Amino acid sequence: MIYMEQQNKRIDIEVQELLNQVAHMKEEGFRLVQISCTRLLDVFELYYSFDKEYDFINIRLNITSDVELPSISFIYQPAFLYENEIHELFGIVINNISIDYNGKLYKMSVKTPFGPNDSDIGGTK
Amino acid sequence: MSRRSIIPFGPQHPVLPEPIHLDLVLEDEKVVEAIPSIGYVHRGLEKLVEKKDFQQYVYVAERICGICSFMHGMGYCQAVENVMGIKVPERAEFLRTMWAELSRIHSHLLWLGLLADGFGFESLFMQCWRLREKILDIFEMTTGGRIIFSVCKIGGVRKDIDSDMMKLILKTLKDVTGELKKIEVIFFNDYTVRHRLVGVGVLTKQQASELCAVGPMMRASGLAYDTRKLNYAAYKHLDFEPIVHNDGDCYARCIVRVNEIYQSIDLINQLATKMPEGEIDVKVIGNPKGEYFSRLEQPRGEVVYYIKGNGTKFLDRMRVRTPTFANIPAMLKTLQGCDLADVPMLILTVDPSISCTER
Repeated sequence: MIYMEQQNKRIDIEVQELLNQVAHMKEEGFRLVQISCTRLLDVFELYYSFDKEYDFINIRLNITSDVELPSISFIYQPAFLYENEIHELFGIVINNISIDYNGKLYKMSVKTPFGPNDSDIGGTK
Repeated sequence: MSRRSIIPFGPQHPVLPEPIHLDLVLEDEKVVEAIPSIGYVHRGLEKLVEKKDFQQYVYVAERICGICSFMHGMGYCQAVENVMGIKVPERAEFLRTMWAELSRIHSHLLWLGLLADGFGFESLFMQCWRLREKILDIFEMTTGGRIIFSVCKIGGVRKDIDSDMMKLILKTLKDVTGELKKIEVIFFNDYTVRHRLVGVGVLTKQQASELCAVGPMMRASGLAYDTRKLNYAAYKHLDFEPIVHNDGDCYARCIVRVNEIYQSIDLINQLATKMPEGEIDVKVIGNPKGEYFSRLEQPRGEVVYYIKGNGTKFLDRMRVRTPTFANIPAMLKTLQGCDLADVPMLILTVDPSISCTER
């Protein structure tokens, strides 16, 4: 038995399916909970999380660093903050963000700290 | 023809203990648009998970925010425990829930005081914070700390309480209830307070839904959603319903938070009658491998913890989406059309925690 009753449902998609899938979630009445990104060895893993009446669904897609993502901010308006954050922390290019900070959302000394070239960040693993 | 101008608001402002900047585009005295800038104190705590042992990282998670510190630690622990398949003892779940609800009371009392200070009612501010001290005293008696008390750990909690301590907690909360009833009258009925809050910064139910608002900000607009209904920790044993108001204005947000204090006190009373005896922690063996999204209801709303482990003691990723981050679009919407003089009140009633946002 696991600790909590929270269920994490997952749908794996390709980049070209993103807008249709997100639009479908919107039509179904889901709320955008968050967008997150994780850098793995050779890809970025993105999660778009949605909730409707405590039903929690995550859309997952993997992209390489040269792939440009379409913005979902014209479907879910609050997505603009998450997309700006991902662009600045990971260096992923996201096109047509409704409010684009052009890399100036955060004031950081290191450019794209979660990006492919983060070996200059202090500390040892 | 109205004159258009831009007024900078923050990052240093009397109502903002933490830095956020807004460019307020005005037509005469009305705000037509607000453009936010954040990131003045971004600390990169998510990145730090790659350098800290996953058990050490609990201390870092607790320092994401000084107000909801305990619940940050709890959210992170829950995520790791799920990935590792750890079953936390039931008594530890009850203790976690008790400290979480005490944190909500302390946070809402702090916020009520800041609100009173914001509209210039200093004695009311002091009364709220005097009450808050009683909650901080409970923290100190039960954990040894007042703000960051590091009592949550992966696999359970570090401290237990005895029946005498529980009686003292319940007595203190009974006193707080009585005193809050007196203060509540001023927040709810005072002419000047109502004048500053009623009809200001309205967020409709549809807007709250469209903008994916969370927490009291959302519930004050008529959406009955509370992450505690996911039944994590000991909430599955408790009887409660989300506190909702339909007006969506600053006054409604105030009412929701005051009533949530009473609700938290009721939940702690329920916990006291149902708390089982037993162990408070289990031994943690191995390292996390896998991923999990854990969600909790913090004082400001739903927080999301995502962790991804690779089987070593260092996680690949720890991501936290804080409630203030989720409420920024709703805050910007409510600012549109408000008077310049109401901007501080409006921002306060969102209860922004910038340190959470700048994790």
